[in-house]
Amino acid sequence: MRRIISILMENEPGALSRVVGLFSQRGYNIETLNVAATEDPTLSRLTLTTAGDDKTIEQITKHLNKIVDVVKLVDLTEGAHIERDLMLIKVRAQGVARDEVKRTTDIFRGQIVDVGPNVYTIQLTGTSDKLDSFVAAMGDATILEVVRSGVAGIARGEKVLSL
Amino acid sequence: MELLSGGEMIARALEDEGVEYIFGYPGGAVLHIYDALFKSNKVPHILVRHEQAATHAADGYARATGKPGVVLVTSGPGATNAVTGIATAYMDSIPMVVLSGQVQSHLIGEDAFQETDMVGISRPIVKHSFQVRKAEDLPATIKKAFHIAASGRPGPVVVDIPKDITRPDEKFEYHYPESVKIRSYSPAQRGHTGQIKKAARMLLGAKRPVIYAGGGVIQGEGSDLLVELAQQLNYPVTNTLMGLGAYPGSDRQFLGMLGMHGFYEANMAMHHSDVILAVGARFDDRVTNTVSKFCPGAKIVHIDVDPASISKTVAADIPIVGPVTSVLRELIDQVSAHQEKDAELPDAAALGRWWDQIEEWRASHGLWTGRRYAESESIMPQQVIESLYRATNGDAYVTSDVGQHQMFAAQYYKFDKPRRWINSGGLGTMGFGLPAAMGVKLAFPDIDVACVTGEGSIQMNIQELSTCTQYNTPFKIINLRNNYLGMVKQWQDMQYEGRYAMSTYEDSLPDFMKLVESFGHVGIEVRKLEDLDAAMEEAFAMKDKLVFVDVFIDPMEHVYPMHIAPNGSMKDMWLSKNERT
Ligand SMILES: Cc1cc2nc3c(=O)[nH]c(=O)nc-3n(C[C@H](O)[C@H](O)[C@H](O)COP(=O)(O)OP(=O)(O)OC[C@H]3O[C@@H](n4cnc5c(N)ncnc54)[C@H](O)[C@@H]3O)c2cc1C
Ligand SMILES: Cc1ncc(C[n+]2csc(CCOP(=O)(O)OP(=O)(O)O)c2C)c(N)n1
Ligand SMILES: [Mg+2]
Repeated sequence: MRRIISILMENEPGALSRVVGLFSQRGYNIETLNVAATEDPTLSRLTLTTAGDDKTIEQITKHLNKIVDVVKLVDLTEGAHIERDLMLIKVRAQGVARDEVKRTTDIFRGQIVDVGPNVYTIQLTGTSDKLDSFVAAMGDATILEVVRSGVAGIARGEKVLSL
Repeated sequence: MELLSGGEMIARALEDEGVEYIFGYPGGAVLHIYDALFKSNKVPHILVRHEQAATHAADGYARATGKPGVVLVTSGPGATNAVTGIATAYMDSIPMVVLSGQVQSHLIGEDAFQETDMVGISRPIVKHSFQVRKAEDLPATIKKAFHIAASGRPGPVVVDIPKDITRPDEKFEYHYPESVKIRSYSPAQRGHTGQIKKAARMLLGAKRPVIYAGGGVIQGEGSDLLVELAQQLNYPVTNTLMGLGAYPGSDRQFLGMLGMHGFYEANMAMHHSDVILAVGARFDDRVTNTVSKFCPGAKIVHIDVDPASISKTVAADIPIVGPVTSVLRELIDQVSAHQEKDAELPDAAALGRWWDQIEEWRASHGLWTGRRYAESESIMPQQVIESLYRATNGDAYVTSDVGQHQMFAAQYYKFDKPRRWINSGGLGTMGFGLPAAMGVKLAFPDIDVACVTGEGSIQMNIQELSTCTQYNTPFKIINLRNNYLGMVKQWQDMQYEGRYAMSTYEDSLPDFMKLVESFGHVGIEVRKLEDLDAAMEEAFAMKDKLVFVDVFIDPMEHVYPMHIAPNGSMKDMWLSKNERT
């Protein structure tokens, strides 16, 4: 099952490599990963998505918790949560395709953030599923480049991941 | 407050930490530190002949004393040479602090002379690591390193120190913190009471119980409590290779080691048990054999300070995360409380039948039936360990290398005390035994220390004989001389139809007698059984000499029992070359 694990960790050099290293060292895979500082500059927030059976996920969270730089973590998929992935996608927009791409972008509530004579650059946020569907919906249009931020997530309601 | 340079702060911090020995080797990046150590002259430094040996010596010291071993190496090759020893300590959860020199801060990343990314290289084999950026941070970082290395599940910590922050001409206020608090690090202090209550009930309800205790009982100083619990219940106990000595080896309730080369009765008891109490043991694949066939009828209580050890390979029915001492104390109290209410617990009749069964296993196949003594004209390796046991009254510190000799030592030297058996189990590092013995002998100069080795392993760190001369560490080396990489040969006999691919040295072995004598040590050669005991006595009688006892043993002997793999369970064993369960 796909999981979103969100980690609060020391904003120290080397902390990220310990997290990433753990996954390669123990043969777990990371599907997406993003990391940035928080409102407290000594802490950074890392969100990653991974997949595995319950036993694997349990081991992953235990090992992550053991990393000395990791302050706290939560498996967001265990409760109600909000997840967002951001995609910037550059597609060829010429002839009939130009209108078609625009229409699809509107349907997905994306924004065309850069326009060229032959290309559109579209920004889209949403769940990873939604972004996948958009890519699939591009159909015959030529995709030139896709950049995704990886999932960022947060629990719904009053629950917070903080010190 | 005192003003000290970075180098001086390191020397002073080690002193304030109560470090007894530093094991190390100098080089450019650590010269300021060495100069500071030289000038303060407070903490003795042992100059090894290879940095790998520094880590093993510090490791041996740590295993014997329970205190973190301390290593100091230079950048680049000094640091990389230390890697095998760090990995060895990591796999066996041994507390160690490794200070590695680094090139000057402004050169980092430029492929500077003797630069290597030590934090990167060591990342998967350390509990934690630091690269110190500012001299002011040195005391607090060193304090944290010792704290992390020794608390919770112990392990090695690397502190990488760029040369410029140790320079003598810049001084800083020195303050060594008394304690540390790390917000992201808080190992469990006690187990969950509800879980412990459940465990007490499950234990008392058992009809065929086994206590399976590992290295965590030794590292966590839980042996006395383990003995108390086992004897209060009259339950059988087995130890892992790392746990030997956690329960007295000569006690009736002790079934011997379990696992791949475990005792027949230990493996049989595990397989047929209904309740297993696992304490400070990690269900290693050398113990479980095929996990899906592991102890089919058993419910498992698992106590471990590291939650990641629990249900990693074998699922626990009652997991308890906490240090052995506090958890076992609480468990004993719970068991006693239950027994006060109900004197019929545990079921004495069932336990009696269980012991009868165990005694039957013990008698039928026990480890050593004496048959193989008679079959061979040469000295059997088992006899050498028995002779060593007698000569040292079963009370020596025994370090070992890796191979058949290691297994014979584990099987035949009955360790009655924790920390007496010092070997590399998790990584299985040949070359460990000799430097480890140096560390142990420095810690306990008045107690007998023996290094059981093979002619293969000993050559992996033989240069340390020179260190032994310099610091006078009069331990005894017992070389089980089979003229083969015996453990490799055993597998080749069993699985490759005796094709000895690279497990012999042809005629290239050194004359060990001349070799050790050239370092100022004593050599004794034993070729006949009737000379064995006398030679052993003679060696240990030479209190102030390192003696190398080279015992020529039967080269064809195998270690048994041996688990049958793949797809075997714990009860599936070879008992000799032609008998199996
Ligand atoms: C040639 C060879 C053959 C081998 N054959 C065998 C064999 O037949 N049988 C065998 O048993 N091994 C054998 N081994 C060793 C094996 O590889 C493992 O090293 C060993 O089984 C692990 O022992 P352990 O389970 O006690 O764990 P250790 O590695 O000692 O780990 C200790 C456990 O205790 C926990 N712990 C630490 N401190 C505490 C504390 N204070 N409180 C609570 N928990 C704590 C740790 O988290 C860890 O889970 C062999 C090795 C070699 C090289
Ligand atoms: C550094 C290292 N290299 C290789 C091995 C694989 N290995 C395990 S036992 C063994 C043979 C050891 O020979 P020896 O020291 O003579 O001991 P014996 O088995 O003959 O008693 C080898 C090569 C190892 N454990 N460690
Ligand atoms: Mg050999």
